[in-house]
Amino acid sequence: MTIISVDTPTRRRLVAGLGLAILFLASLSVGVGEFSLARVVNDPEALQLLLISRLPRTLAAVLAGAGLAIAGLIMQTLAQNRFVEPSTAGTAQSAELGILLATLLLPAASLPIKTLVASGAAMAGTSVFLMTAHRLPPTQPFLVPLFGIVYGGVIGAAATFAAWHADLLQFLSVWTNGDFSGVLRGRYELLWFAALTVAIAWLVADRLTIMALGRDASIGLGINHARMMQLGLVVVSVISALTVVVVGMIPFVGLVVPNIVSRLMGDNLRGTIVCVAASGSGLVLGCDIIGRIIRFPYEIPVGTVMGVVGGLVFLWLLFRRPDHA
Amino acid sequence: MIRIENVSLRYRTTPILHDIDLTIPKGGVTALIGPNGAGKSSLLSLIARLQPLQTGSITIDGLGVDSTPSPELAKVVALLRQDSVIASRLRVRELVGFGRFPHGRGRLTQEDCNIVNQSLRQLDLTDFADRFMETLSGGQRQRALVAMTLAQGTDYILLDEPLNNLDMYYARTLMQALRAIADENGKTVVIVLHDINQASAYADRIVAMKGGRVVGDGTPAAIFTPDVLEGIFGFRMRVETFDGKPLVLHHL
Repeated sequence: MTIISVDTPTRRRLVAGLGLAILFLASLSVGVGEFSLARVVNDPEALQLLLISRLPRTLAAVLAGAGLAIAGLIMQTLAQNRFVEPSTAGTAQSAELGILLATLLLPAASLPIKTLVASGAAMAGTSVFLMTAHRLPPTQPFLVPLFGIVYGGVIGAAATFAAWHADLLQFLSVWTNGDFSGVLRGRYELLWFAALTVAIAWLVADRLTIMALGRDASIGLGINHARMMQLGLVVVSVISALTVVVVGMIPFVGLVVPNIVSRLMGDNLRGTIVCVAASGSGLVLGCDIIGRIIRFPYEIPVGTVMGVVGGLVFLWLLFRRPDHA
Repeated sequence: MIRIENVSLRYRTTPILHDIDLTIPKGGVTALIGPNGAGKSSLLSLIARLQPLQTGSITIDGLGVDSTPSPELAKVVALLRQDSVIASRLRVRELVGFGRFPHGRGRLTQEDCNIVNQSLRQLDLTDFADRFMETLSGGQRQRALVAMTLAQGTDYILLDEPLNNLDMYYARTLMQALRAIADENGKTVVIVLHDINQASAYADRIVAMKGGRVVGDGTPAAIFTPDVLEGIFGFRMRVETFDGKPLVLHHL
């Protein structure tokens, strides 16, 4: 089953694109408000609902999903380990700590400024993770994600402690558990920067593929290894911080999506990076729709749904290929 | 020409290389031999700028390895390291294609594709070209890595124990292919070999290292004598002459 006929990737891309389009329309149609897509044309109220709530929410899910999947992919490339992603390696927790400190120390700052602080914190936290990951013995690939989980837990605990002291615990849960229910027009637009970072990743896809071959191969082929590490670090940190600040962290997207795409299509990122982004969008959108439907008219946050779905898929990945890291 | 002057290297307090002075002329096959831990791999990784020079200088065709931009050097020198592991799920053709990255920064032209196909043919990999690396045997994987290194199309090709994992047939095929690209395309091949009879049969020149120093430098006939070999490897071995080339009976 390893030899794949030439037209299969194209067919997979078509299926993925079609699936994403269906989820997109479904997301526009599902909600508490009285609404159907057919009425948009001659009902100004329905149009308002679409433009102010449904469309922003759907776009936010698409952008966050694509961004997180790409962030996971890049993080796995930088750490040379398939089992890390921003939410399990201290990046998201550092961003949470950053936005918490920004809220405490610069309460008057605008959201973009606070996001910038969160990005800076995420970068610092991820740098420490990567430096440590590269020192761990490569013969023990599971040490890296294990270290990441402990490290993220420690930073998360620091954030919880600070939030508890400042009586901001309920704010913290807004950042730690992703939820699209608060997304309205005017409150998600920062996420478009995630689209920009996805475009950057696409532009440097070949370089990322070579980076995954290791430091020696990268330098041998004339790639500025240190600069690519920095670029990847910035992309991962900015995407994570944007997601944390705007909708809250969504776990597992960055872990399961790149792994599944790698299994199906391989690791030549020039050909797969668009699929990674689209699958991330589809997964987050799908989980958000599930969260809106199963307790209708109440909602379950997407972070919770993803925790269940992503955890199951992650376990499946672990059991499917125990000898590949 | 690779010119190495006064190069020393130490990791923390452990000295690895002592004042290496060595000139490797352009063209031909040079074999680096010596016991484990002699510093052969370290010397190659310094030539290929994989680690920074601590003292001395190394130039390749006049280009300083620490001062020339890395993308430019990637068109001049290619190194296959010992025990390279490919964790990515890439097809053989894709991997070999990345050898062309220094030339088109990722865009493969028709000429690039021809070179990739030629490298695949040289290593007898055409039938495996669309297989994922992880589905190949160790020897096939090693050949794919050599093909990638050759596809880089550099004038200087450094290979660190490329015969690892290869059976007799492919070890011989690879040595013949390296001899051919040196003779027909004027490439300079520097190769670390543990099989000194391969070195005797295919190399123009032998550089022997021991304890971080160059302890021998000359033709196979000059280096492969019982006395010199005992100095390098620490035991006496019989040397015969076969077809005009030294044949070392090191296993007896």
